[in-house]
Amino acid sequence: MIVARNTRLTLRAIALAYLGILVALPIGVILVRTFGDGFVAFWDQVTTPAAISALSLSLLIVAIVVPVNVVFGIVTALALARGRFRGRGLLEAVVDLPFAVSPIVVGVSLILLWGSAGWFGFIEDFGINVIFALPGMVLATIFVTLPFVVREVEPVLHEIGEEQEQAAATLGATRWQTFWRITLPAIRWGLTYGVVLTIARSLGEFGAVIMVSSGVAGDSQTLTLLVHSRYIDDHNTFGAYAASTLLMILAITALLLMTVLDRRKAAA
Amino acid sequence: MAAPAATPRAAAPSGRRRTAIPGAIGPTGLGIATLWLSVIVLLPLAAVTAKAFSGGLPGFIDAIDAPAARAALAVTVGTSLVVALINVVMGTLVAWVLVRDDFPGKSLVNALIDLPFALPTIVASIVLLSLYGPDSPVGIHLNATRPALVIALLFVTLPFVVRSVQPVLLELDRDVEEAAASLGASNGLILRRIVLPTLAPAILSGAGLAFTRAIGEYGSVVLIGGGIPRKTEVASQYIQKQIEIDRFVNGAAVSVVLLLIAFFTLLVLRTLGSRAARREASAG
Repeated sequence: MIVARNTRLTLRAIALAYLGILVALPIGVILVRTFGDGFVAFWDQVTTPAAISALSLSLLIVAIVVPVNVVFGIVTALALARGRFRGRGLLEAVVDLPFAVSPIVVGVSLILLWGSAGWFGFIEDFGINVIFALPGMVLATIFVTLPFVVREVEPVLHEIGEEQEQAAATLGATRWQTFWRITLPAIRWGLTYGVVLTIARSLGEFGAVIMVSSGVAGDSQTLTLLVHSRYIDDHNTFGAYAASTLLMILAITALLLMTVLDRRKAAA
Repeated sequence: MAAPAATPRAAAPSGRRRTAIPGAIGPTGLGIATLWLSVIVLLPLAAVTAKAFSGGLPGFIDAIDAPAARAALAVTVGTSLVVALINVVMGTLVAWVLVRDDFPGKSLVNALIDLPFALPTIVASIVLLSLYGPDSPVGIHLNATRPALVIALLFVTLPFVVRSVQPVLLELDRDVEEAAASLGASNGLILRRIVLPTLAPAILSGAGLAFTRAIGEYGSVVLIGGGIPRKTEVASQYIQKQIEIDRFVNGAAVSVVLLLIAFFTLLVLRTLGSRAARREASAG
């Protein structure tokens, strides 16, 4: 349909105004507030001992969550794409489940499973603390990031089909050789994209982690928890802005990576 | 696809038909995947459900019938519906402009859409608070009001309808529109009878995802909403507070309600989506 010029310009104006007011303006305000007093003030706030500890904890969680998700994500994607079994639809639905669960509910469910009064609470007798400790935060982050690698790798597996893998078999390759030489290179862009999504989500997770963390500054606070506690507990608004900006920079970096990878994926 | 003939099977490490295809995962891999999904996803959710009904159905009903629980759920579902509706209109409009219009900086605007998706929810809350909170540079003080909830939820759900509609709009066959126009149809008619029906499944799907995301949202509303019981307290905040005071059954019960609403929404969407897809396929 040929839209009249006036209508087109009006629609454009409305869309840009909506996006501007909803997204661009608030982010602009934060950036101005954070860097308004100069870069040093920002730097001071993100290099306090608590901030460095928070960043380390966030990165530690990422360092655990990503390899776990890569391994189990690929296994699950292979099972869904190459397996022949009934109930595949159910498995796919379970993979998508984390998208439908509120982060708070994730935290609650983990407390009810691994907490001292939970189903697996007996492990505390062996000295293993899950809730209010690192394992709980890791499990919460794995829950919310579980779908990413699977959903990025599975379509690629469908697309490339099994012919190459079968050909490798006729030539005598073992399963591991086939996976390492044929499957893995084929899925590498989808896998990388899934990893970037996982990292971005892990760094940004808040609701699930706040439920299962003891929230002790300098000890069990992630970057997102630091932002929250600075605003609520310390009334350090500027500090909260600074930590938020740091997280925002990480998020935008992830976004840029995703855009680049998206083009690589499409070209592959 | 059928398994290959005798030669590959002889070369494969296992004699079983299903594992005869190398690179495939076989029953062990499937077992690992199932165990993994069960431990990480299913077991925790089972624990919540069990706790919610630990007092039987009457206990569950009592927990969700508490005035504060009902109010929190009403606020949550109400604002999420408003947000979904606004997203339907504005999301489609933005998608339209991004696909059918062209202007300098369009790719930057397009990238901006994904920002709320990549941004941590607590950062979204702080960001919106800086503009609409007590320190607002433009004097707007919306913190601890329902409009604040709507704004925060619109922020985090922005990408859903836009990204759902864009690919469909891109693929839309302009020939049909041009044919209709050449037969004298007005723009309004083309929009109503051709474009919108084709976009409807995508719009619904995006709106459903936005709604599901909105009802469970916590991080972005926790600071700007204020969590005032019966006014701006959303279900996730209610659950968090109940768990904090060890009222596990209450927290679990409202959690189950949120889960049920989400599942129901996604189920309805999936049914509508497949029905629409079948209609499209049969229409040819």
